[in-house]
Amino acid sequence: MQVRGVAARLGPLSTGLCCESAGLNPPVGDPRGAPRPPENLSPMPKNISIVVVEKDRERAHLIVDSLREAGDYDIHVVAEESGLARRISERNPDVVLVDVASPSRDMLEELTLASSPMERPVAIFVDRSEDGLTKAAIEAGVSAYVVDGLRADRIKPIMDAAIARFHMFQRMRLELETTKLALEERKVIDRAKGILMKARGIGEDDAYALLRKTAMDQGRKVAEVASALVTAAGLLS
Amino acid sequence: MKGAALGIGFIPLVDAAPLVIAHELGFAREEGLRLDLKRAPSWSTLRDMLVLGQTEAAHMLAPIPIAMALGLGSMATKLDALMVLSMNGNVVGISNELAGKMRADGYGFDFDDAASAGRALIAAAGGRPRIAVPFPFSMHAELLYYWLAALGFSAPQAIDVRIIPPPLMADAMAAGEIDAFCVGAPWGSIVVDQGVGELLLPTAAIWKFAPEKVLAVRHDWAANEPDLTGRLMRAVWRAARWLGDPSNLTTAADILAREAYINVSSEIIERSLTGRMIISQQGDTRMGPSNMEFFAGAANFPWRSQAAWIGEQLASRAGLERETSMRKASDVFRPDLYRANLRNVGAELPGASQKLEGALSAPTAVASESGKLILRPDAFFDGRIFDPDFAE
Repeated sequence: MQVRGVAARLGPLSTGLCCESAGLNPPVGDPRGAPRPPENLSPMPKNISIVVVEKDRERAHLIVDSLREAGDYDIHVVAEESGLARRISERNPDVVLVDVASPSRDMLEELTLASSPMERPVAIFVDRSEDGLTKAAIEAGVSAYVVDGLRADRIKPIMDAAIARFHMFQRMRLELETTKLALEERKVIDRAKGILMKARGIGEDDAYALLRKTAMDQGRKVAEVASALVTAAGLLS
Repeated sequence: MKGAALGIGFIPLVDAAPLVIAHELGFAREEGLRLDLKRAPSWSTLRDMLVLGQTEAAHMLAPIPIAMALGLGSMATKLDALMVLSMNGNVVGISNELAGKMRADGYGFDFDDAASAGRALIAAAGGRPRIAVPFPFSMHAELLYYWLAALGFSAPQAIDVRIIPPPLMADAMAAGEIDAFCVGAPWGSIVVDQGVGELLLPTAAIWKFAPEKVLAVRHDWAANEPDLTGRLMRAVWRAARWLGDPSNLTTAADILAREAYINVSSEIIERSLTGRMIISQQGDTRMGPSNMEFFAGAANFPWRSQAAWIGEQLASRAGLERETSMRKASDVFRPDLYRANLRNVGAELPGASQKLEGALSAPTAVASESGKLILRPDAFFDGRIFDPDFAE
């Protein structure tokens, strides 16, 4: 029995790049970087970029047409098998569609070695019409899967699932970064409070009130004022 | 007779033989099993078919389930290696251009001495050779890196490693995309027959008795289906025993040559089964130091130390903690199930489940339940000995 189909690979192929290009990645490691307001947690990203690996021109057209019907994507077709992994990582797409019956799928396995567990592509087979399996696989953290045939009506659910997964990754990454940032802010505010308490002989609540009032007067964030104070204190000591 | 149906994934390679023979010659039927052999187009697809329950068992590169246990690669499901399907059998091949250079440098192509072959290759290749292996987690990759690194060549860092599926190796060579490769049978011989490259060394010259493919199942399946697991193991073990008889190899080659399996001429398949390899277009023939082995020397016994060796290699490259990785790796191999399921059919059961790897330079009798077990030489070409207990 020949299993035919496509595999979709989700998540950035190299850490970070994808989200920068999507304009969703707040600078990490810069404590003064403005935290994103919560409404940014579920934005519409830029078009999802898809690389289709297909040697046969006619079939490539068919897939591209189906994808166009399913949504507005940036689509790029790679017909060459040689240097496949390099060609794909150069493009850094969000999704790779490849015929599972193609032996060149193993070449893509290389790409998984560089990625972190969350971005790791995992493949699943959905033979015939086992749609439940697709869903179960996605819930289990599977980010690539294979369906029977390259029919247009099969492309749509794959892409829906792929996109759902893609958004989930983005949301998780944003949440993680927002949490990290919040922690960093709290740390810097604590340090600023400590400096004020020592320098002015006031209590913790008064120190925080002072920081807050200064921030309000200057139209800045408490964390920014705190950070400025910590930096200044560092210079003076 | 209708039996329980089991889906079995395989890749078109000569070492899928125990599964093909178990099906074709009725060893599976004797156990009340119907094997539905599914040829997979790639190792990742084969693995995914098994993980997602489309097959119950698979012919798998020994490092794949171990890499999965270490959290490397794209699937993390727990797999068990029930038994080893074959030892050795891969070859290193080189482009005609490299072969010409090496010949001009006076290299004799003995197809035997790994050290001199490696030095000649490194000298002729220069720079950053492009070397293909079929999968990132494969004995091909492990043995290639071990070999070149032991000779002072920085591997895999100084290699431009390409992943190329076995059936595409000759095409890649013809297209000038690679300088060398390590591949399983019969695909090295195909490269020679198409005149696009020559064979340099069997991997058995690097490690004399290296586990190659394993019979892999989902850990949960083995736990929930102890009866089917036992029947499958017995069917495959009997097929392996049949393959261990040299007088059966011509028949085996004929069966494997069929379109549903490897679909290349039986003459080419027979070369790797017998170890009598044609290494160049001029028809130079060499008998490898030891070739593909399906049965002798308790070849099918899944030694935990073999798994630990693979785990250690993977861990050192991936920057994982060695001891934990070796332990996780050795848990993938199931000598306990091997003992439980094959004791009554007459399999040789060694007294221990791990051993020093690389310590035997001659056939050696060891303690076993029947007292008749003779292990094959298993030396590494550089004389190193791997001790799973003392490795740090």
